[in-house]
Parts: sequence; C-alpha cells; structure tokens
Amino acid sequence: MSQVMDHGIYWLCIVLMMIGLYTVISRDNLVKKIMGLNIFQVSVIMFYVSMGKISGGTPPILVPKDQPGAAEVVYSNPLPHVLMLTAIVVGVATTALGLALVVRIQEMYGTVEEDEIIEMDRTE
Amino acid sequence: MTAHLPILQVVLPLMAAPLCLLIRNGPATRYLAIGVAWTSLWIACQLLGQVVAEGPISYMLGGWVAPFGIEYRIDAVNAYLLVIVTMIASVVLPFGVDRIPLTVPAGKEYLYNAAFLLCICGLLGISITGDIFNVFVFLEISSLASYTLISLGKGRRALRAAFSYLVMGTVGGTFFLIGVGLLYQATGTLNMADLAERLPASFGARSVVVSFAFLTVGIGIKLAVFPLHQWLPNAYSHAPARVSAFLAATATKVSFYLLLRVFFGIFGVTYVFGTLRAQNLLIPLSLLAMFVGSVAAINQTNIKRLLAYSSIAQIGYMTLGLSMASVDGLTGGIVHLFNHALMKGGLFLVVACVGYRLGSDRVEDWSGVGRRMPWTMAAFVVGGLSLIGVPGTVGFVSKWYLVLGAINRGWTLVAPLILLSSLLAVVYVWRIIEIAWFRQAPAGAKREEAPLSMLVPTWVLIGATLYFGFHTDLTVGVARQAAQALLGGTP
Repeated sequence: MSQVMDHGIYWLCIVLMMIGLYTVISRDNLVKKIMGLNIFQVSVIMFYVSMGKISGGTPPILVPKDQPGAAEVVYSNPLPHVLMLTAIVVGVATTALGLALVVRIQEMYGTVEEDEIIEMDRTE
Repeated sequence: MTAHLPILQVVLPLMAAPLCLLIRNGPATRYLAIGVAWTSLWIACQLLGQVVAEGPISYMLGGWVAPFGIEYRIDAVNAYLLVIVTMIASVVLPFGVDRIPLTVPAGKEYLYNAAFLLCICGLLGISITGDIFNVFVFLEISSLASYTLISLGKGRRALRAAFSYLVMGTVGGTFFLIGVGLLYQATGTLNMADLAERLPASFGARSVVVSFAFLTVGIGIKLAVFPLHQWLPNAYSHAPARVSAFLAATATKVSFYLLLRVFFGIFGVTYVFGTLRAQNLLIPLSLLAMFVGSVAAINQTNIKRLLAYSSIAQIGYMTLGLSMASVDGLTGGIVHLFNHALMKGGLFLVVACVGYRLGSDRVEDWSGVGRRMPWTMAAFVVGGLSLIGVPGTVGFVSKWYLVLGAINRGWTLVAPLILLSSLLAVVYVWRIIEIAWFRQAPAGAKREEAPLSMLVPTWVLIGATLYFGFHTDLTVGVARQAAQALLGGTP
C-alpha cells in the first residue's frame, strides 16, 4: 500500500498514459485516436512537471538576499516546466496536423471510421 | 564566419522555410530550396573536413556554456551523417526541377517546399545537437514535416498512410520523451556528453533501465526496426515520388544514428551489451528483419512497396552491425547507412522517372520498360546489384564488413545468414529486371527516355554507388573513425 501512496503522482501518470494508449489502439474513430494521443502526451507532461517539484520548494522566483530567511529558501526546479512548454507546443502542432488529416480523410472517404476506410480501400 | 558554421547548418533551412511562405511563388521557392540545400552541403563538407583534421567541434548556443546551455557537438559520426543528409537533399530537390508542377497540387508548391526544408532542418538538427531534449524537438520537427509531405501523395490512401504514420510516430516520439525525462531525473542533466559521465553512478537504478527501454522502443519506431515497421511500407509507397526518395534515404538513417548515439554515446557499450545484454534481443530481430523484409519484398506487386520492404531488410543489416559492438561490425553498419542512402535514394528516383512516363508503379506495367527507357532502367540494374551486394558496388563493401564482423565475433551462424538473405535480394531484384528487360513492351509503346532533369540526379546517386564501390577509402575510413569514436577507442 505504501508503494502506491508514496508514488501517487506516478500512478496517476501511468493510469493516464494507459488510458491514452489504449484509446489510440482500440478506437476505430480517427478523431478519438487523436484524443487518445493527446491524453497520452498530457500524462508525460504531468510526469515532467511533477519531477521538478521539491518538497517544501517555492516557485523559482529569487527571494532578495536581505529578506529574513532568504538563505533557507528551497526552490523548485523550473527546467522541466520550461521543457514542457516546448512539448506542449509539439503536442498542439501534432493535434492540429492530425485533425487536418482527419478532415481531408473525411472529404475523400466520407467517413472517419478506420474499419470502414480499410474496407473501402480493399474493395477499390 | 567558420566558427558559426554549426548553427548555420540548422538555421539556414529553418529560416528559409517561413521565407517560402512569404514568397508564395512556386518556382522561386523551388530554386530557393535548391540553393539552401547546396549551401548546406557545402557547410556540411566544411564541417566534416574540420572534424577529420582537428577533431570534434563544440559550439555553444548563445555563448551559454555546456552543460547548462545547448551544445552542438560534431564528431566523426554526425559530420558524416550531415554530409549524407545534405547530399541527398541536394540531389533530390533538383530532381525534375522543370516538371514539378505536374507532381505537386497546383498553387501548393511553395507549401511543399517549405515542408521539405523543415524536414531537412529537423534531420540536420537531430544529427548535430549534443543536447538530448533538443533531439526530441528536432525529431518532432522532421516528423511533422514528413507527415505533411507524405499526405501530399496522389490518391486518398496517402492520407491514411500519413495518418497512421502520425499516430505511430507521435507514440514513438513521446516514448523518447519519457526516456529523456527518466534520464534527467536520474542525472539532472540533458547534455549527452555530461549524461555519459554522470549516468554510471545511477546504473543500479531501475529507472535507468526503464529509460533505456523507452528510448530504444521510441527510436525503434522511427527507425522501423522489424516488429515496429508497420508504418513504413504504406508511407513510402503512397508518398510523392521525390519524398519517398528523400525519406527512404535519410529519415531512417538519422534514426539509426540516434540509436548509435544513445547506445554508445550515452549508456556506453559495457552497460548496453555487458549488463543489459541488448544484443540478445537485437540480433534475432535484425535477422528476422533481413528475412521477413526480403520475403515480403518478393511478393509485392507495387514497386515502391517492394523497395520499402527491402528497406526494412536493409535496416536489419544496420542494426545487426550495431549489435556486434565491434569496430568491424559498427564500420559495416555505418558504411551501410551511407551506402543504403545512395542506392535506395537512387532506386526510388528511378521509380519516379518511370512513374513519370508510365504513370504507374505496378510491377506488371513495367514490362518492356527497359527498351523504352534504357538509361533509366540501367540505373535500376546498377542500384539493384548494389542492393544484392555484387562486388564493385557499395552494397558489397558494407556486407563485406558485416560478414567480417560476424566472423571476428565468432558468430559462425550469422555470417552465412547474411549471405543467404542477399540471395533473397537477388530474387526480388531479378524479378523486376526480368520484367523490365526481357518482356515485350505493350504494342505502340515508343522509346521515350525520362527528361534530363530527372535522369541526371538519378545517375548522380547511382554513379556514386559505383564510385564508392571502388574508392572505399573515403567512406570506410570515416566510418571506421566514427566506429572507433563510438566505442571509445577500444579495438
């Protein structure tokens, strides 16, 4: 039990990751696939953000030296957050491109269900 | 000026891409792209010369000292790769330069050129950077650009191919990101050289093993290692002809380099092959790839698909060389990276030439095409022989080193298997040659060679496979230097 409680945030990430990955694999609807991909990416973003948190850490904004107790202040690590800004941009770009492709597929095939598309390609 | 060549290598195509969007004129962007590719090739050659003469180059972005800032680090391995990528781009972009409006949707050419430049930028960025998070960013830049390029292919199947590549590629890229995160958690650094120094202290941690697994699978998807190759045949066979040629020759090669870098540059040869024994998984998968890829190629009715499956087999040779973890094996793998880029690029260009005249990629439509387009099909014969590994072509050189590596390792079973899988290549190459040269062309077909603007780039690549088949010192020399650098100087 302590295994679960101590690593709560990781379990959350893993559960989200699996929900996302399962959606990508199991759904035939292409839009749902993209949404699954999004959930999958969000789980990784959460994992990174949790990594930067230090227990008792404050946001990494420099406390002036002359302020009382400035020497004992512990800062959280801002780097993972910054990395995730980039990853979020990548995720948005991927989603946009994926949805654009879905729109084109809908125009060309008249459906966004993968099993129907495969069937149409086979009989063609 | 020369001090800033490493950053110019990446920034030049990156800046040219939005410029294409501003110009909005097909022909102007076309020549801009060619100019950028040629300049990039010149820069890459300069960098390679500098590395060979003076050793690794380190470039600090914005003057921030590594490991805090992003470092571009160029050694023998990636200098070699930069030359390959820019060279293929410089040959593929001018291909059919006077006929492009026929192959790209009207009015969309400037977008196509912009995506092409971004793809080049991403691939060069992966090769040049010394920062592993930076690799992820460039990986996604090149991937997003290549999804776009593939979706521009003719017919609606290209859209589905691009979509499934997007799903697979994003999963792969995100796996890579998880691996990077776990490494950062274990060491607190993202600089690859710094990682290699700090990582041994945490080799006991399970998160490092997990990170290794995530990185390997993530790169494996991009590389199309055997069980993760599903996206590749569709993507290559439905993409526009020039895009297939460019991606087949560069995208998987850059992923292979990334695998080399992660295995040897970050985790180190003793950890990967000593502690984790990754070769126990890699060797069977490589051998399976060689045979499954070749057998699947034999049964294809679409010639682009045939070449795509053959690529999967060839990737098997490269990963086999990697899993030998010896200088000979790695030299074989790295030389094959270069050689396969030349021959597969050339062969896809031949398909593009024939496709331009015949309007078909189907094998049966190729009957008698040898007499109609003798120069084009002669290029196919040379490229095909190189794929088999006939002496005098580059394919022979890389297989020679792979067999040598296998024998030196004492793997007496692997060496004959390499030769046996080459025999399978004979089957699928001969099938095409037989149809193209020995069958009658349909009645009324006249002799009609591909236009010169297509024939010349094709023959540049195919001629290079012959040239480097005889003058092996240059390619093998640099590859050997690269292999030694990766193995850390141990023989």
